[in-house]
Amino acid sequence: MSHSEIIEKLRTAFGDKLGAWRESNSENAYQRRMGSYLEIAEPSAIRDLAFFLRDEPTLAFDSLLLISSLDNGDGSLSVIYHLESTKHAHQLILKATLPAEVPSVPSVTSIWLHANWQEREAWDMMGIRFEGHPDHRRILLDDDYPGHPLRKDFKEPDFYHGMKVPY
Amino acid sequence: MGFLDHLELPVLPSDKTGEGNIIVTSLDTLFDWSRLSSLWQMSFGLACCAIEMMSTSASHYDIMRFGVIPRPSPRQSDVIIISGTVTLKMATRIKMLYEQMADPKYVISMGNCSNCGGPYWEYGYHVLKGVDRVIPVDVYVPGCPPRPEALLEGLMKLQEKIRSQNHDDADDADSQD
Repeated sequence: MSHSEIIEKLRTAFGDKLGAWRESNSENAYQRRMGSYLEIAEPSAIRDLAFFLRDEPTLAFDSLLLISSLDNGDGSLSVIYHLESTKHAHQLILKATLPAEVPSVPSVTSIWLHANWQEREAWDMMGIRFEGHPDHRRILLDDDYPGHPLRKDFKEPDFYHGMKVPY
Repeated sequence: MGFLDHLELPVLPSDKTGEGNIIVTSLDTLFDWSRLSSLWQMSFGLACCAIEMMSTSASHYDIMRFGVIPRPSPRQSDVIIISGTVTLKMATRIKMLYEQMADPKYVISMGNCSNCGGPYWEYGYHVLKGVDRVIPVDVYVPGCPPRPEALLEGLMKLQEKIRSQNHDDADDADSQD
């Protein structure tokens, strides 16, 4: 299925909850594929959208390749979902943008199990809450680490457990 | 006295009343010699330096010919080789392991990460910039990672340090003064 067919199918099902389709116009085929994404206007609809993407037979996005997170530097954070259908061999990238004060999206762990650790990583590094996650802990840093280090406004602590941190 | 000649003991004083001192000095030397000849190493690795440490233990470089045997417990270990990046999360654990080791204990800091933070020195929000911020280090081995020869040289430097340590120091725990 081509991208335009996928988008059209999603638009008939979800309408205004989806945002614009951002097509990359790079000459490099790989960059064009990885840089084109569908915005999600209503991040709270991600769970329903994910169920639809996985269970609709013509879409059958059975694999979540990657969840990445992004600090846009203007007071908003983004969560990016890379999906692939191993059945139809097509791919789709979704991007949801959240306010940095209360960054919260529904978890998709119950839909794609691979999301479990990747959502924990996004929480650890960027401080994005995934509502309904079964095990919402940090994944790499210590539980009492102050802050989320990949945020643009992150300040390294001077001391951590009595140990000086800056060089 | 063939064995004591091997230890290079100090020249015996000629007065007959000085024998007590002679015995203490030679025991210290004997202890130092046995310590440096059987530095049991804590079986412990952190990052890519640990791979070099393992190859130093393997047959090609054979660190066991220096009396270094990996031990699975800090209670049985004499030396801890900090082989890799010390993250803040691990630093508290390293401190606990060091405190569990029995005296006398020695520390070899292996690689740039554990010496000073290495490539993480500026933006490593999760890295302790040098393991000497939590435990005292005897020998620093530079390299990223150091080759097995460098680690062996660090080990020999540590042996040199143990051989030449001064037991008359006021901070020596056994000192009567």
